[in-house]
Amino acid sequence: MTTIQHPLTTSGLNYNPYAPRNVWNRAMNLLAALFSILVVLPLITVILYVLYKGGGAITPAIFTELPPAPGLSEPMGMGNAIIGTAMVTGVAALVAIPVGVGGGIYLAEVAKKGWFAQFIRFGVNVLAGVPSIICGLFIYALVVNTRILWGESFSAMAGGLALAVLMLPTIVKTTDEGLKLVSQELRIGSLGIGASRFVTITRVVLPAAISPIATGVVLGIARAAGETAPLIFTALFSPFWPDWSSGLGLLAPTATMSVQIYNFGIMPFAPQVQLAWAASFILVVMILMANLLSRWLARLSAS
Amino acid sequence: MFTHKKRPWAEKLVDRAFIRMTAILASVVSLTVFGIFFTVGFQAVFQGDLSSLLPWNPDSIWQGIAPWNDEETFGVRWGAIPHFGLGFLANSSWNPVRSDYGALTPIYGTLMTSALALLLAVPLGVGTAIFLTEDFLPQKLRTTIGFMVELLAAIPSVVLGLWAMAMLNGFLTVFTPLHTHLGWLPFFGTEPGGPNLAMASLILVVMLLPIITAVSRDSLNQVPIELRQGAYAIGATRWTSIFQVLIPAAISGIVGGTMLALGRALGETMAVTMIIGNSTNLSASWFSPSSTIASLLANQFGEADDIQVSALYYAALLLMILTFLVNICAQVIVKRLALKYD
Repeated sequence: MTTIQHPLTTSGLNYNPYAPRNVWNRAMNLLAALFSILVVLPLITVILYVLYKGGGAITPAIFTELPPAPGLSEPMGMGNAIIGTAMVTGVAALVAIPVGVGGGIYLAEVAKKGWFAQFIRFGVNVLAGVPSIICGLFIYALVVNTRILWGESFSAMAGGLALAVLMLPTIVKTTDEGLKLVSQELRIGSLGIGASRFVTITRVVLPAAISPIATGVVLGIARAAGETAPLIFTALFSPFWPDWSSGLGLLAPTATMSVQIYNFGIMPFAPQVQLAWAASFILVVMILMANLLSRWLARLSAS
Repeated sequence: MFTHKKRPWAEKLVDRAFIRMTAILASVVSLTVFGIFFTVGFQAVFQGDLSSLLPWNPDSIWQGIAPWNDEETFGVRWGAIPHFGLGFLANSSWNPVRSDYGALTPIYGTLMTSALALLLAVPLGVGTAIFLTEDFLPQKLRTTIGFMVELLAAIPSVVLGLWAMAMLNGFLTVFTPLHTHLGWLPFFGTEPGGPNLAMASLILVVMLLPIITAVSRDSLNQVPIELRQGAYAIGATRWTSIFQVLIPAAISGIVGGTMLALGRALGETMAVTMIIGNSTNLSASWFSPSSTIASLLANQFGEADDIQVSALYYAALLLMILTFLVNICAQVIVKRLALKYD
């Protein structure tokens, strides 16, 4: 007769901390934690460093004065770059929002399938992958070099167009996806009581999807405001206030905060470098705000 | 009681016009893509601006053909593609004095920085994504970390470049021992003394991490809970189930995110321009200044003229084709590898 041993007394079901698989398990836990720390660390150092270096450079004069000439330390301001960023981003938003939302409506509401819609979707994906510096080169060749805008070359308008090319795919995609989330009953109901397609889309479907679209637009604008590469050959830079006489300042070379960071950051003069940090501070704070705003918008729509 | 009424013609007109308008706005997107390829290609083939496409322009490219143009013609000013041909890809000199241009150095720089950055960013990013989808930390803390990683993606690259320039000496103290101990390797062959290719790669890692982490996290979160429960039920440990079940199930998203990140790395401009040193001399060492196609464009385009502009557009065309192929591959891979759960 064989004796049957109770399994628990021999090996099996107790947790053995030295079993190879458990050692491996713990080692991997540790590794994953280490990786996460390595990922979060640069983020915290970047943000703290920018807030520390840039926050110290923020004075009231930053918003009201012009930057100093190289070698001088007075006046210490970058009001022109702040206005310039607002102008360039404003032009970009005015161009990209109607085109992007219209394109998104076409993809989600008018032509859901079919070769043309597929072709447009493909185009959106390709455009989303185009490097930002190429957008700058494209607008340079199309607008700046040909002087197509009333004979002017480098201008805030050209910079805005370059940023618009960059924002376009984001806005089309978020509109397309936002409209797809709207329940089909709303459309059927609206069409059922006799509303036309135009009224259905503009009065019923778009308001229902406004929060994801607004989120995408806010994030797109914030991202565009920090873009530099498309602007260095289009909006160029200027150490002066916008020239209001030439197309409300839109048709002259324009300073922006992002280009200022690049131009001043690589200069050997301390006041300029300090202004670069101040501009970084403003941009980072603005982007933090935009992200918080978008989260708030998302929560608003969820409730 | 009910009378059949036709829609007023004005309403029909508005409807049709609206639909037409959205179609036109949608085609603007595709036209833009076509326009970018056409413009960059045109500038790479011809010198001079786009207006020389017009037949009545004195510098027109049609001047040899146009029958009404019987003035003395100067001949078409050909650009970089007819001048340098495919030899552009293998030529490592960038010499404005002799007008001899080749893109080997920036192509090498672009591919090397991107490869190095991916090599570091993929394990780190996927590891973090796993850490954030497992139950190591309370849910609230995980959401916060996820939000912070998304913020890192939103920081402008020029700000990261400025930060990297401020951290230059920190990088150098890490690199110098590598050179002194491993200097016999060609990659560590030169003494790090300033901005260089390795720093550009590290900055790219910082920029790619949020993309890879966010996309991998999303696709890991979408793996059905039954798969994980099944793995645990047959006695798999946590990491066995991660490696054997969860990662294979989420691989399409992870690879897609990696390709997306690669596309971003190839075209990344500002941070790289500020920290790579912008040298057009070819060097195998990671510790010597180099350039990428994007940094070459940002650095040289402002002062370039004639054939140099055309050569820069040729390089830009190469960059576009490269990122285009990478993005197409990303889409195909995501479609091919995606597992379907019914």
